[in-house]
Amino acid sequence: MACNSSGCESGGCYGREKENGCKVVDVKETVRLCVKCKSNEPMTFGDGGSDDGRFCAECFRSNVYGKFRLAVTSHAMITPSDNVLVAFSGRSSSRVALQFVHELQVKALKNYEASRDRSLPVFGVGVAFVDESAAYPSLSGGMSDAIAWVRSTVLSLSPPEKDLHVVPIESVFGSDSVEARDRLVKLLDSVSDETGKEDLLLHLKMLSLQKVASENGYNRLVVGSCTSRLASHVLTATVKGRGYSLSADIQHVDARWKVPIVLPLRDCVWQEITRLCHLDGLKTVELARHPQSGINDLVSSFVALLQEENPSRECTIVRTAAKLTPFYFNKIPETDDSCVPMATQRRLKKFNLKYDGSMTTEAFCPICNGPLNGSDSSEDESDALYDACCSSCRFQILPQEPSSLDHFGSLLPHHMISQVKHHQKFDSQTYLREKIKDCLLLDDEEAV
Amino acid sequence: MERGEAKSKKAGGPPRLCCICNERRPVLKRPKTLQQICRECFYEVFEEEIHQAIVNNGLFKSGERVAIGASGGKDSTVLAYVLSELNRRYSYGLDLFLLSIDEGITGYRDDSLETVKRNELQYGLPLQILSYKDLYGWTMDDIVKMIGLKNNCTFCGVFRRQALDRGAALLKVDKLVTGHNADDIAETVLLNILRGDIARLSRCTSITTGEDGPIPRCKPFKYTYEKEIVIYPFCCFKSSLDYFSTECIYSPNAYRGFAREFIKDLERLRPRAILDIIKSGEDFRIATTTKMPEQGTCERCGYISSQKWCKACVLLDGLNRGLPKMGIGRARGGGVNGGDHKKETKAGSTVKTLESKQCGSLDF
Repeated sequence: MACNSSGCESGGCYGREKENGCKVVDVKETVRLCVKCKSNEPMTFGDGGSDDGRFCAECFRSNVYGKFRLAVTSHAMITPSDNVLVAFSGRSSSRVALQFVHELQVKALKNYEASRDRSLPVFGVGVAFVDESAAYPSLSGGMSDAIAWVRSTVLSLSPPEKDLHVVPIESVFGSDSVEARDRLVKLLDSVSDETGKEDLLLHLKMLSLQKVASENGYNRLVVGSCTSRLASHVLTATVKGRGYSLSADIQHVDARWKVPIVLPLRDCVWQEITRLCHLDGLKTVELARHPQSGINDLVSSFVALLQEENPSRECTIVRTAAKLTPFYFNKIPETDDSCVPMATQRRLKKFNLKYDGSMTTEAFCPICNGPLNGSDSSEDESDALYDACCSSCRFQILPQEPSSLDHFGSLLPHHMISQVKHHQKFDSQTYLREKIKDCLLLDDEEAV
Repeated sequence: MERGEAKSKKAGGPPRLCCICNERRPVLKRPKTLQQICRECFYEVFEEEIHQAIVNNGLFKSGERVAIGASGGKDSTVLAYVLSELNRRYSYGLDLFLLSIDEGITGYRDDSLETVKRNELQYGLPLQILSYKDLYGWTMDDIVKMIGLKNNCTFCGVFRRQALDRGAALLKVDKLVTGHNADDIAETVLLNILRGDIARLSRCTSITTGEDGPIPRCKPFKYTYEKEIVIYPFCCFKSSLDYFSTECIYSPNAYRGFAREFIKDLERLRPRAILDIIKSGEDFRIATTTKMPEQGTCERCGYISSQKWCKACVLLDGLNRGLPKMGIGRARGGGVNGGDHKKETKAGSTVKTLESKQCGSLDF
């Protein structure tokens, strides 16, 4: 029913209709209602952002959780037989990811206990926190407090219980912590480009997460990257010449790793996440960041500027990048897992949510794991590491002097350098022959 | 990038000799590579890289008539000079012309046109000038008086594109070259990402566009840095080339300014990032099905268009009817960004990103 009041917002008077009938009300006295449920008072966060004062607390929360749940189900991120490791930095985004995964698990447990046949198991959840103090010494002061806080936070999120793995970033070099730290410092010191150093640390961080995940039997790694984070990544990738591999990084699923990475908060913006933390009283820990002076920081400032000019810019950026063609590994891989319940298997097949894991047609950079474009191959065949890397890593991470390459290679963690040897031996003829040899009737020498 | 590229951070102190010839004293740090370089080597490598871009991309064939879009600004003036020089030195066999568009901007275009007229004499290249007033009945001054300083770049860009095509037809040339440099193309890549234009994103890094149309356009400066275009005349002539160097008086509000500022900051941190942006643009995985809109002709004027009326006719119609917002922003029912349509089409990126498409004739 239309209301004549000039101060009346859409939906503002509905709740009052039956009680008072519509009347001309002064703007200040108009009771505003949530635009979704039209019954509760909307929340105002007062952070100057968009959508402030439109939704009540419950609807706001269910909007955000709804996006998370939709991402999880439509991309088969977490299924009953999975063992999921949540990468937790203590900051808002991963805090929300952890919270939501926990709630999903609680619900699954409730259903399990209520069901008669107990056919669907409850997925397992673990938490990993990467300790970067070996790389950023300024962090070591607050690190033990931070870890204690993380521990108590994880403890509070039970039942169901969750294992906490505190992963020192130098663990990619092995378990001897002194030697590993030493190797990490040597490696970082040999990278002269500031941005290259930051990016190399990100790659090492991912390697350490992969290591702890696979060593502890996890088959999914949950990363809390939100839309805003991805928008910055789109621009940093563009300015670093990584346009080819960009589409691999921004999808909901990234299965080029041993333990596939899933991004359930990909469709949520930073503002929603901080508001949710505020609303639910989710505590976060902000470790003092090493001052960033490179390209990554420049891009973050640029995106912040664009957001001021237009609050939906981040979404547009990610939406543009989402129109790029993803890779075959941007889906959960098919596995012959007899533990996967039949109902789940049927559902995954029906919606084509998986891909055939044996279809490896891409070569990857050993440092950043980015798929390599044909145009990246160098004419200069003298160094295996140089040849194997993408052009961006060649410029910002590898040393510029050819004579230093060998030494640099020896500083890299074993996992990265072993990729190089694999790449070196990659011979497409042999590879293809391997794939079809079951069908060949003749011996190798006589075959086509 | 060459692996021997000098990084200024690593240099202990300035080397005493030019990186390239090792004979002469270096006088500048090359913006693209930060190499310490002497005057002669700079203009040699500058010209050589452009020659390589032309040859490696097969931009021209011998005997072709080529029009140089000449605004009187630094890019097109240097382009005219370098192209006529390379044409002579490497015997490209081209017939070169200058084509200039008068948008009718007092205190800006009238001055820069004087420059082009001088270039005609200096380089011995025949000049053709077309004006918005003659073609459309409106000058940019008139347009800005009507619509203000928002979206004016859209009008100018759309009109200029068509004007250049008409001029090219009048001169009966086979190709049009423009002075778009690496900075311009990098800005356009960024802008298209920011604005969600995946179709333009897939086309904007091509060095030649519109090959299947009547007037292909190429950008020989695709890999040339703006800073180097500014430096070049000083190295060549120890003074500025005769060109007009003021910004368009209507430009400050263009959205492109955001991208331009960012790229300037980026260049300071990492000069090669400009080329890296272009590389990314070339490498983006964009399905070919998303690229081309339906090709047709404008019902009103016969120009190529993907809609019933070409953009220029739509805008003109709006102006003539006193409805200047017509043709600005997205069409109804297709809007994606709520409430912010007007800002979407500000900058003149249409000039650089739309390519000439197949069409009947340019008889208007």
